[in-house]
Amino acid sequence: MSEPPVLETRGIVRDYVSGGGFGARRVVRALKGIDLKVERGKTLAVVGESGCGKSTLARIITMIDPPTGGTLLIEGREVDIARHGVSREMRRKVQIVFQNPYGSLNPRQKIGDVLSEPLKLNTDFSAGDRRDRAMAMLLKVGLRPEHFNRYPHMFSGGQRQRIAIARAVMVHPVLLVLDEPVSALDLSVQAQILNLLQDLQDEFSLTYVFISHDLSVVRHVADDVMVMNKGEAVEYRSRDDIFAAPEHPYTRTLFAATPIIDPARIRARVEAKATRAVAGQ
Amino acid sequence: MALLEVRNLSVSFETAAGRFFAVQGIDLSVDRGEVLAIVGESGSGKSVAMLAVMGLLPPTATVTADALRFEGRDLLAMSARERRGMSGSEMAMIFQEPVASLNPCFTVGFQIEETLERHTDLDRAARRARAVELLAAVGIPEPEERLRSFPHQMSGGQCQRVMIAIATACNPKLLIADEPTTALDVTIQKQILDLLLRLQAEHGMGLVLITHDMGVVAETADRVIVQYNGRKMEDTDVLSLFERPQNPYTRALLSALPENARGGRLPTVSDFAPGGAA
Repeated sequence: MSEPPVLETRGIVRDYVSGGGFGARRVVRALKGIDLKVERGKTLAVVGESGCGKSTLARIITMIDPPTGGTLLIEGREVDIARHGVSREMRRKVQIVFQNPYGSLNPRQKIGDVLSEPLKLNTDFSAGDRRDRAMAMLLKVGLRPEHFNRYPHMFSGGQRQRIAIARAVMVHPVLLVLDEPVSALDLSVQAQILNLLQDLQDEFSLTYVFISHDLSVVRHVADDVMVMNKGEAVEYRSRDDIFAAPEHPYTRTLFAATPIIDPARIRARVEAKATRAVAGQ
Repeated sequence: MALLEVRNLSVSFETAAGRFFAVQGIDLSVDRGEVLAIVGESGSGKSVAMLAVMGLLPPTATVTADALRFEGRDLLAMSARERRGMSGSEMAMIFQEPVASLNPCFTVGFQIEETLERHTDLDRAARRARAVELLAAVGIPEPEERLRSFPHQMSGGQCQRVMIAIATACNPKLLIADEPTTALDVTIQKQILDLLLRLQAEHGMGLVLITHDMGVVAETADRVIVQYNGRKMEDTDVLSLFERPQNPYTRALLSALPENARGGRLPTVSDFAPGGAA
């Protein structure tokens, strides 16, 4: 039999309840039945605007929050954290990298400790072993040996994101959830981080769920793309199909609103403005 | 005569490690009716240069320039009082975080009328009428009711519209927008950019758009200045920037765009001679 997909969800629903007590109880359905499937070594990009539920989905896949309904399968095994909790082994398999590299590192922890802590919690390696592995990972993500004993505030945003990625990969996960990993970074740094993610994916056959609102980044990294709006997957197809011919009206709106760099369009815009200026005089 | 003329502008800060230059010898000019985009990565000094033009830098900043002129008037020779009289009326600025730019304790109507009270002779009723007119002009539905709203009762996009209403309340000749859409979703970004360009065209304003987004530059600017490490790298029309970038840093920046990737890997700025950029 062929290998099960690394990640599969069936009809994932998530409700958030507010109020109660003296106020009126209100239920917000943040996810309205999400089905998805990602094979080993592939990247699924989840695209949508704020409030569409993409980060809620990330929390459920990472087993931080339980879904209200539906099934989550990691490597074909069902996970039900609400009823059975999660084993340490499952926790190891799925790791997450957040958007803000300033907020996701403990300011009082040296980088060497940031990287070896996941091993301390998840493995039986000796202290010396952990140190060696942390150092090796530090070098792999493009940092230098002297960075080992430094604190997070001594690094730039791009370097901190490298550290956050290194920490996530330390325990050899099968699935990495990347929640807007390059949104806070400058263009040139963004390119470096995207290259690093690609190298790591090739080396460790990592599977990515890449959450982003930036369509040009998505087009660069994704195999499949899921467009979300108001808790629903309005369109979910291969990258080439979706960029060639977006079908759902919301996808089209999103694509149309995204600024693009096209010399022919720039020329048309500049000429139209010049014509208006002449007509106005 | 250019609307805004800046020659050899430098801004420095005294730090423990010595004097730090955030902006070094920038020349720029903006004409009436022109959209100038200033592009650069964080730390390139693009915001600091414009804050210096507005006179909004803290006293710890040292601003020097051979010329800093607005409609031919020397801004450096003016008193702080005169500068304050100009900002908000003849030149105005909006910022990246619209929700943080508004005062949470006052209604948006109060905050629009405050600007009108400071800079015009309109009486209370006329100010109220003008505030309604401004909210309608920036595309806020039911403007009379919305005057009584507090910033937290509005979305980020609506708050930015209110900021634009305040900034354009006195029909400024120059509007500086510092990353006005960076905190907003793309569909809202498009609405805000369309609004800025419409107001700019209607009033013949000069518009300076500070951004890091090359797509926004391509869709809005007439002319573009690229900044890096406080220095000007390139100053050109928008079409030439994308078709024939002259400076190595500009070329590096454009090739780092994911949409320009050929095959798998993205070239990064460090792949290019770093000495060429500085």
